[in-house]
Amino acid sequence: MEGNPPPILSVRELKTYFFPDEGTVRAVDGASFDLYARKTLGIVGESGCGKSVTAKSILRIVERPGRVVGGSILLRRESGNGQPTELDLAQLDPEGPEMRQIRGGDIGLVFQEPMTSFSPVHTIGNQMIETIRLHHGVTEHQARERAVEILHLVGIPNPERRIDEFAFQLSGGLRQRAMIAMALSCGPRILIADEPTTALDVTTQAQILDLLRHLQEREGMTIILITHNLGVVAEMCDEVVVMYLGRVVEQGPVDAIFHAPKHPYTQALLRSIPSIHATVRTELPTIAGSIPHPYNRPAGCPFYPRCPDFMPGTCDRNEPSLRSVGDGQDVSCFLYQPA
Amino acid sequence: MRLLEVKGLQKFFPIRKGFLKREVGQVRAVDDVSFHVERGETLSLVGESGCGKTTTARCILRALTPTAGQILFRGSTGPVVDVTRLSKAQLRPLRRQMQMIFQDPFSSLNPRRTLFDIVAEPLVANKIGTRQEQVERVAELLRMVGLRPEYIRRYPHAFSGGQRQRIGIARALALNPSLIVADEPVSALDVSVQAQILNLMLALQKQLGLTYLFVAHDLSVVKHVSDRVAVMYVGRIVEMADTQRLFATPKHPYTEALLSAVPKPDPRLRAQRIVLEGDVADAANPPSGCYFHPRCRYAQDVCRTETPRLEEIAPGHFVSCHRARELTLRGVSG
Repeated sequence: MEGNPPPILSVRELKTYFFPDEGTVRAVDGASFDLYARKTLGIVGESGCGKSVTAKSILRIVERPGRVVGGSILLRRESGNGQPTELDLAQLDPEGPEMRQIRGGDIGLVFQEPMTSFSPVHTIGNQMIETIRLHHGVTEHQARERAVEILHLVGIPNPERRIDEFAFQLSGGLRQRAMIAMALSCGPRILIADEPTTALDVTTQAQILDLLRHLQEREGMTIILITHNLGVVAEMCDEVVVMYLGRVVEQGPVDAIFHAPKHPYTQALLRSIPSIHATVRTELPTIAGSIPHPYNRPAGCPFYPRCPDFMPGTCDRNEPSLRSVGDGQDVSCFLYQPA
Repeated sequence: MRLLEVKGLQKFFPIRKGFLKREVGQVRAVDDVSFHVERGETLSLVGESGCGKTTTARCILRALTPTAGQILFRGSTGPVVDVTRLSKAQLRPLRRQMQMIFQDPFSSLNPRRTLFDIVAEPLVANKIGTRQEQVERVAELLRMVGLRPEYIRRYPHAFSGGQRQRIGIARALALNPSLIVADEPVSALDVSVQAQILNLMLALQKQLGLTYLFVAHDLSVVKHVSDRVAVMYVGRIVEMADTQRLFATPKHPYTEALLSAVPKPDPRLRAQRIVLEGDVADAANPPSGCYFHPRCRYAQDVCRTETPRLEEIAPGHFVSCHRARELTLRGVSG
């Protein structure tokens, strides 16, 4: 075993807030995690936990009135002389040339809804060719060849013909493949997939997950997979980050998260998912209450109002921090740390 | 006793083209579907998008008029009626007995109306009770679905997705229906809220003796609520059996593939999934023989030419596959 290589992306204490007229929404509030080359990192959580905003923050495409207000996003890349350099994406101008190069060039993004992510008035090919030419400065003909090659790579049949079709002419599965092809057009090392299979049927979902796995094996892709589906996480990820209301509550290797979860939220979430292995017609254990509205965020640990292990006087007063509980597993909970 | 019996149901949608909108073809959305639902049980229709599960449900409620077939409904009072043959006026009393729970709790509640208006609407429309009685009934319904009656004057925007789905359930229960058609009732909800709504539906069924026709694509959810399951593919039922049996010993290759494609929430079970090639067949232009044969790994010559019929291969277990009796397929344990 070689020593652990440094992560290619380190997010530290990331804070992304939204400032609508009504107040401040702390969508991501101090999230930290590392991404290692050729691995799949899963970010899981329910709606409003900040998983998508985290992805948008990394790419610096948070829409107004949102803004990255703190923390760092360190991207490690090879520079011209072979020396690795670190670049803090949080410090870059979101509209600047460097960030534009990183988007697509270093980090590709796959959205949840392929229908709305493609332009309805341009062919798939034109949209890919445009990005390839923008990033690589090649001729239209070369860019087209490259686009056909990528469409073939993602398993689209007859790519020479399909390249001239519009997104609405493709089925849901093919459209998501085209979306992945689009994200890959400029040869990124990191692929961020935000709920890439949520809009798809199960058999199509299986095809897309297979494709992502092949891309990782063959192309050495590093993947951040954002999803609410714990089944998808269990099947795909090496490392898992569990988020709740903008904070990382637990993270660790996939086996530890599923077989030795430490945080009460992770434990409750895993118990409450309907399982295909369950006994027919049984009640599911539930998590009490619902996710608080972002304006009414509880003080202290954000999960305490729903937590079965709530300790009055501790959890509602102080905020726990992410601490190691061994074997690469970190938990943010007072059950495992002094108040 | 059978509450509902569907026989040879067909629903075709015309494909029109050109200036004169001439009919150039048909989408056979539901093509010869037959099943029954016993009083007090839950039957789930499962399948992928475009398989006809929602169209079937909408035909039963007569939100759509079927092309052919019979839908026999035995109400709490009166004789068995064929829903497909009733006029609008005749349907009215029947509609009290069949209600629907919708998928999207955000678009299925009118944002400009209060909780009282929404839940009392079926009572008002059917002129049931005085205003005071309606208020009392709504309060009772809200308590039944786990909402506080004090919320009666609030608007839907003040509620979370799970609470809104409870409101939708309360509205569906207002007229004491015997049949509830639930079309993907939890697929728009967060995981932790899904469980609450599924438990509520199970509890209400026990308490009120409801019969559910549950339309869903998520097999894990289906396993939690159903007594029996019918799997649909391109407008037809390909397999139907009681839940335990269907999950443990599927007899149709499509059911096997569906079960295997569900991501299991356990990294130690990273299975060799059966990944089906290609897409779901086009209902406007289906393949010859068995509609599933182009994607089936067990397909033989007969599958390409002859359409299989839905046959009962064991008591209560129906399969539409030429090779159902010889194949041993992989199910899921538990």
